[in-house]
Amino acid sequence: MTASTPSPEALRQLAWRAAAQVVDPEIPVLTIADLGVLRGIDVKDGRVEVTITPTYSGCPAMHVIALEIELALRHAGIADASIRTVLSPAWTTDWMTQDGRRKLREVGIAPPKPGGTRRALFAEERIACPRCGSSDTRRLSEFGSTLCKALWRCDTCREPFDYFKCH
Amino acid sequence: MLYALRRADDALILGHRLSEWCGHAPMLEEDMALTNIGLDLIGQARLLYTHAAQLEGGERDEDKYAYLRDAPQYRNVLLVEQPNGDFANTLVRQLLYSAFAHPYWRAMSASKDATLAAIAAKAEKESAYHLRHASEWVIRLGDGTDDSRARAQAALENLWAFTGELFEVDRAERGLIDEGIAVDPASLRAVWSKTIVGVLEEATLQAPASSWMQTGGRSGRHSEHLGHLLSELQYLQRTYPGATW
Repeated sequence: MTASTPSPEALRQLAWRAAAQVVDPEIPVLTIADLGVLRGIDVKDGRVEVTITPTYSGCPAMHVIALEIELALRHAGIADASIRTVLSPAWTTDWMTQDGRRKLREVGIAPPKPGGTRRALFAEERIACPRCGSSDTRRLSEFGSTLCKALWRCDTCREPFDYFKCH
Repeated sequence: MLYALRRADDALILGHRLSEWCGHAPMLEEDMALTNIGLDLIGQARLLYTHAAQLEGGERDEDKYAYLRDAPQYRNVLLVEQPNGDFANTLVRQLLYSAFAHPYWRAMSASKDATLAAIAAKAEKESAYHLRHASEWVIRLGDGTDDSRARAQAALENLWAFTGELFEVDRAERGLIDEGIAVDPASLRAVWSKTIVGVLEEATLQAPASSWMQTGGRSGRHSEHLGHLLSELQYLQRTYPGATW
């Protein structure tokens, strides 16, 4: 044995750095840390346990995300790891980081409004166009290309866009 | 265990029905919407089956529940297994179910069973979108052309007799309700009626006058449609037992 065993805290930080780089396969500009899908990392007796949470019950990306985390950890030299999925507290769009919201806007996806979870569902929504910033926009369809998005259109620049809906 | 299984079966069977629209909806947006809703429901079913398997503590898992039970072992309400029919029939069915599911999951998120409460907290948010989508379509169809209105009204007449079962409580569930684990569906009838009456009014549709209700699904007595649905859903596992991807 030449390599010294890292301290639990060093191991935890190493694991976090590796896992946090995994991207959402459906919206690859976002990492799972941006999304708030990565909940935490614990180290117990030298074993790494990664805790993740699904966005939607049927999110088909969860399988791939779990697999990618394992791969990322292995690349970082961590072989002894397990992945735990928790449902509570339920994920909401408020778990998304500011950095995540900015990245979404940059690729033309309107980010969810912070704190809008329940109100936005039943109130009249005003979503700013991620391209021109106009609020003269309307919803074309409640459901978009993935479970987490709706389809909108801007009436100023006439471009359709995805909206990461409040949840 | 039976309690979780019943809710899982509702979600799986309705989710499968919606998946039948894939590639057949009247427009692309709705093709995506119906399959998105189907995916939400199948996701809820998977969580509930997994929970049922833990409670049962035996050999069965989510796949065994879904693929290796025959129709009489399914415990879903009859409403969700009714065939899609036309677009109006599918959306009216969705409205009748979602107007129940949304307050149901909301109440369930206070369950003393922490796992059920966590599943419910997710399902509640999803079903809020499903309810809004179905409401908007039923209003548009009812308050639309003569043809769309006639189809929406016919769908209501066709499905109305299956709504009573949503509120049924049997002895198995009564105990869980008293323990604060299960939700008493009968307590949701008023909020369901209020939602339905409001939507139908705006849609200029008439609630059917008949109060006769058909039940049986919760105890495994199904309509002939479920067997046909399962023959498609279970085809692969029945033909190639144990096949994996």
